[in-house]
Amino acid sequence: MGISVEGANKCFGDFQALDDVSIEVPDGSLTALLGPSGSGKSTLLRAIAGLETLDAGRVLIDGEDVSRTPTQKREVGFVFQHYAAFKHMTVYENVGFGLKIRKWKKDKIRARVDELLNLVQLPGLADRYPSQLSGGQRQRMALARALAVQPQVLLLDEPFGALDAKVRKDLRTWLRNLHEEMNVTTIFVTHDQEEAMDVAGQLVVMNQGRVEQSGSADDLYEKPANEFVMSFVGEVNRLGDNFVRPHDIEIVRDRDDSTEEAMVQRIVALGFEIRVELVLGDGTEVWAQLTRGELQRLELQEGQIAYLRPVQAKSFNGAPPSDTSGASTPQGSADGGDAEVSAAV
Amino acid sequence: MEAHAAQSPAAPRSRPLRLPGVGAGLGRGVVVLWLSVIVLLPLAALLDKSLSEGLGHFWSQVTSPQAIQSLKLILVCSLIVVAINAVFGTIVAWLLVRDNFPGKSIVNAIIDLPFALPTIVASLILIELWGKNSPVGVDIALTRAAIVVALCFVTLPFVVRAVQPLLIEMDRDMEEAAASLGAGGFTIFRRIIFPNLLPGLAAGVALAFARALGEYGSVLLFAGGKKDTTVASILIGQQIEQGNESGAAAISIVLLAMALACLLVITLIQRWGSRHERSQVNLAANPVITGAAEEKDDQRE
Ligand SMILES: Nc1ncnc2c1ncn2[C@@H]1O[C@H](COP(=O)(O)OP(=O)(O)O)[C@@H](O)[C@H]1O
Repeated sequence: MGISVEGANKCFGDFQALDDVSIEVPDGSLTALLGPSGSGKSTLLRAIAGLETLDAGRVLIDGEDVSRTPTQKREVGFVFQHYAAFKHMTVYENVGFGLKIRKWKKDKIRARVDELLNLVQLPGLADRYPSQLSGGQRQRMALARALAVQPQVLLLDEPFGALDAKVRKDLRTWLRNLHEEMNVTTIFVTHDQEEAMDVAGQLVVMNQGRVEQSGSADDLYEKPANEFVMSFVGEVNRLGDNFVRPHDIEIVRDRDDSTEEAMVQRIVALGFEIRVELVLGDGTEVWAQLTRGELQRLELQEGQIAYLRPVQAKSFNGAPPSDTSGASTPQGSADGGDAEVSAAV
Repeated sequence: MEAHAAQSPAAPRSRPLRLPGVGAGLGRGVVVLWLSVIVLLPLAALLDKSLSEGLGHFWSQVTSPQAIQSLKLILVCSLIVVAINAVFGTIVAWLLVRDNFPGKSIVNAIIDLPFALPTIVASLILIELWGKNSPVGVDIALTRAAIVVALCFVTLPFVVRAVQPLLIEMDRDMEEAAASLGAGGFTIFRRIIFPNLLPGLAAGVALAFARALGEYGSVLLFAGGKKDTTVASILIGQQIEQGNESGAAAISIVLLAMALACLLVITLIQRWGSRHERSQVNLAANPVITGAAEEKDDQRE
């Protein structure tokens, strides 16, 4: 079931949490709402679930306007960051809750709950209380509970936010596989761009209650619509009006027209990757990402002068960057608001 | 005890850290002494007094028609009162936590008034409201209804203050999760909210019951010590006036036993309430349950 939100507005007091937000989520997709904390992701997700009412705008599920439909009738599965486990009920009772409300027969509930506990890899824990489970197990129980009633759509609000890094990674892979298996339209909220890119096929980047851009991970990374998206979906250096990814900075030993002089300030080895921090003549700090091999070839030392060349820079303000080489801005030309420019080599 | 704990590193993590040595010993000594002076000695004296004229006398005192009638009366009234309190106390707590209305903080402060007010003053207020000169024209003074009203008044805070912290701490996500699973308002209350309030509610009810059993001042003035409105505590007062101290002590012992039974019930409820949690229901959050608070302080030392 596809989901669309049209012109959503929501204020809390005089704070505007959603500012004319429209998104389109295709049927069967796995979509991430990505953005810094406070950008309105949860509010949007909760509005889709009917846990928050919009001041203006519409929510459509499968083409049907559900803006006035109460949560109970929207047939959405919702998973909360802090699990929202019914702590006075066993795992079995938690997962079977929605079915019991729908007045299913005992044996049918039992069969369905067993099936789901297998699906979320919690067999044999049916009689435990949530307090006797780990965080990851609790979240999987919550997912089973949401899936039990066969929702039209699955909404996950920072589902891995409260878990530690290792469990997070595991669950991420697991969620992707689960989605492939179940094929329920799924939206999940995260502030972690790596998580979003890893799990989701489609991303919606939000900032200050607005949608900045949506598209695939590649789209966002390669063709960011603006400075915010560019810096949110990856590391970025600012060189005057231009933005350059650290792996798009080339370091060479000999100067020429396209290079800029810089001093190597620090070299940090992060396993295979090397982070080289440099200062330009005007004091701008940048960092470049090299491989171990590149570093060895260059024989870089801290404190040494090197020459760097942005391989690919982006400019978003429409103003053509200065092309005097050796100045604070790198070589390049821009032809529009989000022009992609390649440095002349 | 410390040595034992040191030998078994697998001891539960939840064990409070105990400082060995003089500090802890002194602390415990003070507590025991304090409890002895304040509670245990008077209790022993009371027990001694009640049995001073033998078991037979004790028995005849507590089974006299007068005594039985007064005990029955206070039991029935207390049961009615806690039933009313359970419902209204929960509603009041609910409004205080979940609702926003003008003057909420004032209402919140007023809830404790029955605690702060001398019971004599309480009964004067009640007589003004529900006595001969009642502004609403309802005169229930010196009737059994007056007992119930007086007891309701003095025990109102117990349930409110026991339920309130549980409501404040309750995870709203649970209710939203239930709603997304299709549960309507009533189902959410019955299956999600109520089970989570129950331990606090039950503890509040048990405390209110214990308090109602022994209430004296407000009942004396408002309901009077008439033949059909004499509750156990008032009978005790009458017996003392008549010089029958051992009789008074005997009835006191019965009241005391009932109050102790209430405390036992509270403890059991706490156990039960925490069956699915690692931490116990936090009764110490309730300022009226000083006993629990003292116990906690003791452990922290
Ligand atoms: N119920 C609420 N009352 C008041 N402010 C709220 C409420 N819910 C969210 N907000 C505010 O709205 C903003 C957006 O919140 P949220 O949608 O949770 O952001 P995100 O999920 O991106 O972190 C936040 O600044 C938050 O403080």
